[in-house]
Amino acid sequence: MEHVFEHVTPFVGYVYPNETDFPWSQLIVIYPYITGLVAGAFVISSLDHVFNIKSFAPISRFALLTALCFMIFAPTPLLFHLGQPTRAFNAVITPHWTSAMAAFGYVAGFYLCLLVLEVWFAFRADIVAMSKVRTGIMGKVYGWLSLGSDDLSEHALAIDHKVARILSMIGIPAACGLHGYVGFVFGSLKTREWWSSDLMPVIFLLSAVGSGVGLVIVLYVIVSKFRKTPIIDETMRGLLYVMFTGVAIVMVIEGLEILEMFYKAREGIETVRELIAGPIWVGMYIQWGMSVFALLTTSALLVLNVHGKRLVTWLFLSGLAMMIGVLAMRWNVVIGGQELSKTMKGLLTFTPELFGRESLFTVLIISICPYVALWLVTKLLPPWGEKIEPEGRAFDVHKLA
Amino acid sequence: MTIQDKKLEAQEVPLSRRRFLGLLGKGAACAGAIVGAVGAGSALGAAEAGSGKHAYQQNDKQYAEAVNDPPKIPEYNWNDHQWAMGVDTTRCIGCLRCMEACKMENSVQMDANHNRTWVERYVYLEGSNTALIDSQADPKNIANAGSETKFRFDNRYKDAKVEKAFFVAKLCNQCEHPSCVEVCPTGATFKSKDGPVLIDTTYCIGCQYCVQACPYGARSFNESRGTAEKCNWCYHRITKGLNPACVEVCPTGSRVFGDRNDPESPVSLFIRNNHVQVLKPEMGNAPNVFYVGLDKEVV
Repeated sequence: MEHVFEHVTPFVGYVYPNETDFPWSQLIVIYPYITGLVAGAFVISSLDHVFNIKSFAPISRFALLTALCFMIFAPTPLLFHLGQPTRAFNAVITPHWTSAMAAFGYVAGFYLCLLVLEVWFAFRADIVAMSKVRTGIMGKVYGWLSLGSDDLSEHALAIDHKVARILSMIGIPAACGLHGYVGFVFGSLKTREWWSSDLMPVIFLLSAVGSGVGLVIVLYVIVSKFRKTPIIDETMRGLLYVMFTGVAIVMVIEGLEILEMFYKAREGIETVRELIAGPIWVGMYIQWGMSVFALLTTSALLVLNVHGKRLVTWLFLSGLAMMIGVLAMRWNVVIGGQELSKTMKGLLTFTPELFGRESLFTVLIISICPYVALWLVTKLLPPWGEKIEPEGRAFDVHKLA
Repeated sequence: MTIQDKKLEAQEVPLSRRRFLGLLGKGAACAGAIVGAVGAGSALGAAEAGSGKHAYQQNDKQYAEAVNDPPKIPEYNWNDHQWAMGVDTTRCIGCLRCMEACKMENSVQMDANHNRTWVERYVYLEGSNTALIDSQADPKNIANAGSETKFRFDNRYKDAKVEKAFFVAKLCNQCEHPSCVEVCPTGATFKSKDGPVLIDTTYCIGCQYCVQACPYGARSFNESRGTAEKCNWCYHRITKGLNPACVEVCPTGSRVFGDRNDPESPVSLFIRNNHVQVLKPEMGNAPNVFYVGLDKEVV
């Protein structure tokens, strides 16, 4: 008897019997979250690379590495979720093109290659410099990483810069495509009222930029504290502008989507109302509360023309709020959509597992991985444009030639 | 050897062992075998839901064999048939033998959260404009029956004033435009020429996008196999000229099955002689299960 109550998802009203087994769990919550962070971080890096907005120059390479490290781990939640992970490449080898999911391997693969290429061009000068000054195994590693291209003439550096810029230009639509595509995977499903919206790709994309900018702000502040380097005011102001724009637009669009749903008031709208007031109310409060906090804070920072330490503190907090708010939004979309039964006459209440393959523990581990990877990668490829000084010798990359 | 033959063989093994051991009179040694044999021979409801194993069902080895070496049906040509099903809700008595037969025939997981077919009960109480709905998977029904594998509705309305009540059997609609096939990233699930939507369980990656996409909640996920599951109208039976198990056991003829290419088949007559409806026509899936006697409340 206990058996059924053990793993059945509790429900009220009427739900189809098969629905009590939840198809997409918390792993599918963090998958769009991680890809969103990639898209946002990439946008920040390209503001300098493509649009030459100099206030973003100090963090553009760091943002690029952030995008790369998060992208590496973007597919892992999916692999943990698949019933047959060893067959994951079936979707790449024999894609079934009518499926929104079939292109994932290609889109993600293309974007990962693009990021790796851009990182290489953006860091080639540093790699070559380090291959010359480092000794031992690391010297060799940098030698390999330079791929034998050790020309640091002005002409060669100009080509690096140009190629990185072109890659970054391709990267902007690719990042938008990658994340708009994730929104499409959900939005294109006619079955689920909570997902089935034309605005879904746009919402996913904009909230991605919001959370990604939040991530870059948070990381920039923390890393600067650890490195004991000054936080550049101009950069923080630039991030503030992007943050404000992102948060304002995403709130308007998300609001529009809910307004539209209630205004259309199709069959089962009462159940949608109960979903918001019931299983996902905490998530909705967090999502909207954090968004409002971020919007009010950034607005105040703009209106009061705040600079210096106060700017850092409040922008850090609003960045963090945005990261938490967007995570809650992902939960509300992915889990909320499934908590609303396909019968539109019932609601399920999902409780995540703590341990196991698809559990909060797995989510925690996968969420930590990109940060660890970023820490390691910044050790390998310092993005801060400092002089490379091994064993007391100082080299300026740009004077090596 | 067909899947059925294998199943029959599997059934026979514990029985013959019982006789054999009984003759030898080795009480201690045969206890386990007798328990197994009694389990196989007794009411189906005695199966253990927790283990998901049942004497009538395929074990993992048999399943692997059936998947890797599917039976050949040389005389069957899928271009010659167009299978369809009819459900007459006015005839259904909610006995749930169809559910039970399906679980046995297709080795469906025995718990209440995995079903290839199920029956919904709609009850209008006096003065109410909406129906109360439940299915066998409702915890109250399971609590009343005492097991997930005793397929029974409880008698919760015996003291209530019921204005109208009816049962609606549900199963995969084998749609003309199946959403599940559309979203499958590998093509592991596909529409066969003769109608049913099938799953290649050796190719399915278990992403469950199809489970999400089905408007009818007809798909489930088999955790132990890591692949999607759904009704295929007992494809192994219909390709040999038999009816699906649920149709076979229905005591009231509520379920009708046949070939639409044959104008005199039960389903062709059913569609011709009745005003038939399909579930959720607005989804655009064009189902191939046709209903008589649907109600506005049917989901």
